[in-house]
Amino acid sequence: MGTVRRHIFIDSPADEVWALVGDPARLHDWFPITSCEVVGNKRWINLASGLRFEEDIITLDHDLRRFQYSIVNNLIVKSHLGTVDVIPDGPTRCMVMYGTDIDPEPMGLIIIGAAGAGLEKLQEIFAAKKKSAKNGAK
Amino acid sequence: MGRKILFITTDQQRFDALGCNGGLIARTPNIDALAATGINYNRAHPQNVVCMPSRSTMITGQHVATHGVWMNGVPLPNDAPSVATTLHDAGYKTALIGKAHFEPFLDPFLRFVENQLANSGAHSLIEDGHLHRGFDHMESASHGGMGSFHYAQWLMKNHPEAVPMYYRVLDMSLQVSAEGGGDTGAPQAHINNISRELYHTDWVADRTIAWLDSLDADADWFCWVSFPDPHHPWDPPASETHRVNWRDLDLPAGYPQNRAEREAILDNKPAQWRKWYDGEFVSNYEAPLKWVPNTLTDDQVREVNALTHIENELIDEAVGRMMKRIDERGWGADTDILFSTDHGEFQGDFGLLFKGPYHVDSLMRVPLIWRPAPSAGIDPATVEAPVGHVSLASTFCHIAGLAQPGYVEAPRLPVNKNEATELGHERVLTEWDSVLFGKIVRLRSICRDGWVATACMPGSIHDGTEGELYNLANDPLQQTNLWSDPSQKSLRDDLLADMWDHLPTPDAVRRECDAPV
Repeated sequence: MGTVRRHIFIDSPADEVWALVGDPARLHDWFPITSCEVVGNKRWINLASGLRFEEDIITLDHDLRRFQYSIVNNLIVKSHLGTVDVIPDGPTRCMVMYGTDIDPEPMGLIIIGAAGAGLEKLQEIFAAKKKSAKNGAK
Repeated sequence: MGRKILFITTDQQRFDALGCNGGLIARTPNIDALAATGINYNRAHPQNVVCMPSRSTMITGQHVATHGVWMNGVPLPNDAPSVATTLHDAGYKTALIGKAHFEPFLDPFLRFVENQLANSGAHSLIEDGHLHRGFDHMESASHGGMGSFHYAQWLMKNHPEAVPMYYRVLDMSLQVSAEGGGDTGAPQAHINNISRELYHTDWVADRTIAWLDSLDADADWFCWVSFPDPHHPWDPPASETHRVNWRDLDLPAGYPQNRAEREAILDNKPAQWRKWYDGEFVSNYEAPLKWVPNTLTDDQVREVNALTHIENELIDEAVGRMMKRIDERGWGADTDILFSTDHGEFQGDFGLLFKGPYHVDSLMRVPLIWRPAPSAGIDPATVEAPVGHVSLASTFCHIAGLAQPGYVEAPRLPVNKNEATELGHERVLTEWDSVLFGKIVRLRSICRDGWVATACMPGSIHDGTEGELYNLANDPLQQTNLWSDPSQKSLRDDLLADMWDHLPTPDAVRRECDAPV
């Protein structure tokens, strides 16, 4: 079992960030995948390489701002738990933390590499949003 | 018209693989001829002994601490300096054909340009007004018929029956496969029934010739030809295995046949050596997780060596074909040819195969040959001074008549002994860092004045006091570690002080590892 983790700070309130991160159907808006579909507690994600992953949504806690999912029915992945937390750091800033526990280990590095790119994209999205709001207020 | 540059690299090739460097088995007449008519560097080291960091040094002219690709799986940033960009901006046509590996291979999210190019069938990408890595043409290949490589896509489309003939490099856990094959069950040895003309070595040469044929006669060009062999898996085309019968081979000098003697040598080295040998500590993805080196047999060593020699012969013949085409195009007199590899391979030394955090000649001493364009009138020479891949970028610019770029960290390669002194080639430095799920190994090495000193920095199995010290003249196989010899303490401390004085300081924030390889 491999354990990996990345985090990033975003200069936006936790609730605003959670509105995006906590919507499992909007994963493709920030994570480097091409599309996803959510039906009940199931999610399917489509990768640019043509691979498709099936996932079980384990936790979607809007109070804790925690999302947990597991890749299932996969030839390579024997067990997996992915956790995304949005943690407030004061009223105007938050930290997004993405962790993955996975067997086999090498898959953890691949997923967390993509998660790192996703977290950077999140930071860009909210920075652009803030800039646009600022310009609109002028 | 200026001088053209053919830069040929192999992958994981030992210094002694070539006839010109004392190799007695593989016939390498084409590369030997380059050495005989050019400059053969007898003490060339890579700045890291695995692919991505080493190749990143070649293209940037920087030490690992500066370019930041500290381990396989850490991508070289898209905006990192590239000597290909410098040459392209000066009017050169530029190509990289074969194994690139500045970006991770295992990329199901298709995040990296090298993989995107192969999957889309494109050969270049312009980002922010610049060609990716500075190459007009990128055409990729790796060690088999699968993955995001132009070669794999071509093979799948045109000869799908050949794809499964290759050894399957990764197992179902995405670990480097330990599965044995061949006649002896050696890990990653395999009988490959692919026909020779479809094998990646010949494909790389074919595609290089095709690119050269696409150029105008008066073009200046820089072509990096990057053969994936003789890196494991050891699976040359079966039609070629008659060339070297493993049963006829002597065991390598670096392989002590007596187990007790072998293990005593390992016990005199820092802990990562014996722990890996016994299968207790695998710190990286450079060798199969499930293979335990102390199970290696004499015959397995012979077979791995035989298959490697065969792969080296195929490379040499491919080199000959490319040189012939260059001559036919009328460029022979004006083409500089440089030949090297990214790092070495144990091939049985110390009872080990593959590579890892081990800074000895098996992995660190690499072939490096510069055959200057005959029109330049540079005399053949052998250079004994320590040099590194970090000098390649400056050398390419020098050949092209360009000033040394500001981003490089070493002078160009010398053309003789006197120039080695004038240019300041006194030492060569090599770094190793691996962090894998809590297993941390960090080494720093210097080669100077005929000695190699390696400091083990604090990590999972080192407390920062361990290291290695070898006298290369008295102990060419590096079997006697003098690190703790009181009579060598002052020499050791002097070497280490010099090393720390000359190693660049890395960025405070280490870049993330995004894939296993």
